[in-house]
Amino acid sequence: MSATPFIVLSAILFTIGAVGVLTRRNAIVVFMCVELMLNASNLALVTFSRVNGNLDGQIAAFFVMVVAAAEVVVGLAIIMTIFRTRRSASVDDASLLKY
Amino acid sequence: MSVLAEEGHHVPVVDPGAAGSMALPLVLVIALPAFGAAVLLLGGRLTDRWGHLLGCLTVAASFVCSVILFITILGRDASDRQVGLDLWTWFSTGDWKVQFGLLYDPLSALFLLLITGVGGLIHVYSIGYMEHDERRRRFFGYLNLFVAAMLMLVLASDYVGVFLGWEGVGLASYLLIGFWQYKPTAAAAAKKAFVINRVGDIGLSLGVGLIFATFGTTSFARVSELTSGASGGVMTAIGLLLLLAACGKSAQFPLQTWLLDAMEGPTPVSALIHAATMVTAGVYLIVRSQFIFEYTSDARLAVAVIGTITLLMGAWIGCAKDDIKKVLAGSTMSQIGYMVLAAGLGVAGYAFAIFHLLMHGFFKANMFLGAGSVMHGTNDDVDMRHYGALRKAMPVTFLTFTMGYLAIIGFPGFDGFWSKDKIIEVALTQNVWLGLCALFGAGVTGFYMTRLMLMTFFGKSRWEDGVHPHESPKVMTIPLMVLAALSLLGGLLLLNDWIVDFLSPVTGVAPHEEPPLPAVVLSVIAVLVVAVGVAIAWMVFSRRDVPRTAPTKVSVFTTAGRNELYGDAFNDAIIVGPGKRFNVGLAAFDNGFVDGGAMGTASAFRGLSGRLRLAQNGFVRSYALGLLGGAALVLLALLVVNLG
Repeated sequence: MSATPFIVLSAILFTIGAVGVLTRRNAIVVFMCVELMLNASNLALVTFSRVNGNLDGQIAAFFVMVVAAAEVVVGLAIIMTIFRTRRSASVDDASLLKY
Repeated sequence: MSVLAEEGHHVPVVDPGAAGSMALPLVLVIALPAFGAAVLLLGGRLTDRWGHLLGCLTVAASFVCSVILFITILGRDASDRQVGLDLWTWFSTGDWKVQFGLLYDPLSALFLLLITGVGGLIHVYSIGYMEHDERRRRFFGYLNLFVAAMLMLVLASDYVGVFLGWEGVGLASYLLIGFWQYKPTAAAAAKKAFVINRVGDIGLSLGVGLIFATFGTTSFARVSELTSGASGGVMTAIGLLLLLAACGKSAQFPLQTWLLDAMEGPTPVSALIHAATMVTAGVYLIVRSQFIFEYTSDARLAVAVIGTITLLMGAWIGCAKDDIKKVLAGSTMSQIGYMVLAAGLGVAGYAFAIFHLLMHGFFKANMFLGAGSVMHGTNDDVDMRHYGALRKAMPVTFLTFTMGYLAIIGFPGFDGFWSKDKIIEVALTQNVWLGLCALFGAGVTGFYMTRLMLMTFFGKSRWEDGVHPHESPKVMTIPLMVLAALSLLGGLLLLNDWIVDFLSPVTGVAPHEEPPLPAVVLSVIAVLVVAVGVAIAWMVFSRRDVPRTAPTKVSVFTTAGRNELYGDAFNDAIIVGPGKRFNVGLAAFDNGFVDGGAMGTASAFRGLSGRLRLAQNGFVRSYALGLLGGAALVLLALLVVNLG
């Protein structure tokens, strides 16, 4: 079975995620797009693992999932806190940390 | 001038004998005053009540040690009179090892007796002189510090040790000149003495450095063994650097200007430091370094010429001043000039330089203390035009001062007659011109000292209103009497040429040279020249009344003398002025160029970072774009590298 469709899918998912992070203002949506990029890379890792016939890529994918889970915990907590103080989940509103 | 250049009568300081039983007194002689200084200066007010007594006691005990040491070596053979004591290794770096050691030989022996003996008398005198000063304890602390440092200077067995003592006496001199620091003149005089002495110290440190560079050691014993192998040019350079050092410390031309200002200090200080001991350290240095000077007739000639110039300058200044202490200071310069001249004459002169140094220590300390006694009785007035007729009010001071006076002018039988005569004789033998200058100087000495005597003790009284001159207390007059006796009897040291023999292990034995005229004739001539000086002074200052204010219409010579021969003006014009201008220029360069460069760079970077900072706009999405762009660039670069 050819690996190409999987890689193409992975690339498409990653691009959607990247464009979402760059264009959307809602923090939750941005967050989901980040997850999308992570999963796109997981797909690529698993695909290449299969192609090469060893488990390295799959182990890396598990690591990414663990990191993503931890990130969800911290990230959602931050988004919650920002929303509570500012009544807004727009990432453009949280722009005090600048020159 | 070639008569000065007889090379090679050099006496090495070879392997001084072990100290043995002399070790203890040798250490104590320095340790006692140092201990006294430490207690008095660290003990603070606790020691106020008995501090002056401790100060006197330590120096007296030190004197006892000096006498014991002196008696020990007195009977020994010439070859056995040098005693060394290595205490510990001071520092060692590479091949250079400096021992903290003491060298006791006839030269140090005489200095020890002078410093602790005259120093002890001056300590006792100071009890009375400083009685009403609330900082008397500190004064004694400084005096003890001075004595300890001066003893270190003359006992060190190494040039580095000499340097330690040299700086120590400089410090004590600074502290004591400025002892009355609330007087701006005293503070300025202290600074001036310190700064000018630094110029001389540069000479000493460079000289010691050059000695080390040439011989690889700085100990007297080692250097003196090696000097015969060194090149003449290097020896001349070392000799001239040591001469510069001597000029600074001994107030010789051209570094003489600090000594007259140094009279701002309390009078016992002037007597001890700026007449009897410290200012003679330069003479000590030259005589001690005879194993260097013997190989450089050029440097010796420079020493003799500097001494001659200074002896004439000092006498000139002494003639014109009205301040009694400044007259004595000018006279000190002049007498040290005699010593330096003698030291510059080589083997024939060293012993007489030291002889005159001792005699001068006695009679000049006597006269300075006498002047202090006069000031004590006249509310610290120093202007001789306000004195007059003090001989009846202060009979003891007058009599003792007269002894000093007779000694300094060289009245037959007194100290100066023997010592100055010998110097003039040797100078005439070796170099007629220097000898004639010295002879002329003796006449001028007779003139200005007679002037001082007449203006102070004779004539009509010209006292200020409310001044009632009175004799000083016993604690002050007894030291005067002892010193007066020494001024009379010091000449005994020359009996049978004793002092010349005694010093021969250090100074060497001079080949006998016939003076141009028989010695007796020379003595008679010298006495006649002095008599002429005295007679002129008598005609000018005794037959007419002395005006109470200094006359303003005076000859060029008097004006020059009053202005100390324009030494300060010369320094201002040649050194201080250009130095200031140079420093102002340097400051402008520093502000404009160096600071400008540094500040310019800083502000350029500040502007640049101000621009870069705008990239931090706070929008997360723009950062994300940056991340993505960066990642894309890295990817692109990898592709280019891998595919290309």
